[in-house]
Amino acid sequence: MRLRIENLQVKYGNVQVLNGLNLHVDQGEIVTILGANGAGKSTTLMTISGLVKASGGGIFLDNQPLHKLEAHHIVQRGLAQVPEGRRVFSTLTVLENLHLGAYSTTDKDRIAQNLEKAYAMFPILYDRRSQLAGTLSGGEQQMLAIGRGLMANPKILLLDEPSLGLAPILVKSIFSTIRKINETGVTIVLVEQNARLALKLAHRGYVLELGKIVLEDSARALLANPEVQNAYLGGG
Amino acid sequence: MQLFFEQLTNGLAVGGIYALIALGYTMVYGVLKLINFAHGDLFTIGAYLGLTLLVSMGLTSHLGPLAGILVLTIMVMGLVAVIGALLERVAYRPLRTSPRLSAVVSALGASIFFQNAIMLIYGARFRVYPHDILPVTSITLFGVQIPVMRILLFTASIVMMAGLYFFVQRTRTGTAIRAAAIDQGAAKLMGIDVNRVIMYVFLIGPALGGAAGMMVGLYYGQINFTMGWVYGLKAFTAAILGGIGNIPGAMLGGLLLGVIEALGATYISLAWKDAISFLVLILILIFRPTGILGERVADKV
Repeated sequence: MRLRIENLQVKYGNVQVLNGLNLHVDQGEIVTILGANGAGKSTTLMTISGLVKASGGGIFLDNQPLHKLEAHHIVQRGLAQVPEGRRVFSTLTVLENLHLGAYSTTDKDRIAQNLEKAYAMFPILYDRRSQLAGTLSGGEQQMLAIGRGLMANPKILLLDEPSLGLAPILVKSIFSTIRKINETGVTIVLVEQNARLALKLAHRGYVLELGKIVLEDSARALLANPEVQNAYLGGG
Repeated sequence: MQLFFEQLTNGLAVGGIYALIALGYTMVYGVLKLINFAHGDLFTIGAYLGLTLLVSMGLTSHLGPLAGILVLTIMVMGLVAVIGALLERVAYRPLRTSPRLSAVVSALGASIFFQNAIMLIYGARFRVYPHDILPVTSITLFGVQIPVMRILLFTASIVMMAGLYFFVQRTRTGTAIRAAAIDQGAAKLMGIDVNRVIMYVFLIGPALGGAAGMMVGLYYGQINFTMGWVYGLKAFTAAILGGIGNIPGAMLGGLLLGVIEALGATYISLAWKDAISFLVLILILIFRPTGILGERVADKV
């Protein structure tokens, strides 16, 4: 299983957001994409998920093109996304949200198993299962968003800013959960403002500037790289 | 007191019809944030198709009144549902990514198209439903005389609303409809085919609206190609009253508006019947624009 992005071009109207982006993610990896606001990180994830259409280049999963598929078919191929700002369905219950995460499958046993796994990972979701998602705290909503993503039984999980707006202690627990998810064999693509934390978790990282990858290295090397330290790690 | 209860049951019967139409407005608004101005005309089409099928197939004479009406209702709902889905394909889907005003203009155009098509096919004069189909007798309940037809209409609309509520709240597809109404992008990330969800909404809403049109034909006996305009506006008022985008709100708003209108027509003035409804709309828009059950402000056209 290998996700490969080749020369990806995305435009919003006349604005070129991604301009020849190349990257790849191998089976079992945690790969992080770093970059300033507006560099195109979220656009990259949204294009992988099929919510934004590429104007050129391609995205391939095991050499099969994804960029021509509708979003719901991409989920069926085993790519789930936990979007920026969580975007839980606030007027639906926690359980309904989780079930929607498994919308791409109709296999009842599989859904029940995944629900068990999600509850095991986030016991608080079980306690709150009949509550409306909008009544949860920010941290709980992030747990719900991740649990909902796992309900699709993804091979690759795309995470967009999972630490956004959370207290530091919650951020730590969310990040250790991401590691646990990865240890169960799920490949992770992580976009994160908190570059230091992301690089400590990831195996490899890319630096995105103005819609292009400008740097690619192992996470350890990126942490030690003076340019990265200056630009993204607050001067080391 | 006799008069009050008589008008209350009348209001509930008419309110059930408003509610059925209002559901079409509110479900489409929920998913697309679009007021489907052609919805009232789908209601008219239901009334005319009901008349044509009733007369040409003689359903009630073959099957008896109740079974005949049941089969007729199912046929009308099916046909209007298909027209509704075609409307979405032709008039709204190509404009999905255009500015919202384009779709509104397209909706108004579709409304004009439907109205004129009905007039060309059926003529501009009033058409009359056969009046010997449903029983014209009344039963006396707690000393109040209630026409059996009102009870049948009210029961039919309640059954359809309950069916819809169950579908939307309890089924997988229903949950997908609610999810797409909250956040289309997130719904897509769940693997929901949002285009298909929109198609379901354009099958269900017109089916209910078409059934309502047929019910009006049976209840009042006469139909006209412009009837969808007034009923559409009333049902739109009902949807706003309950909170646009909110399904139980449309049900509640419809019943409430029917009762307000019937009582207003009796105790204030029959001539002011429509004015009372629209006064309700104005008051709601001024004092509680989110409607009775609505949380989100209807800030778009």
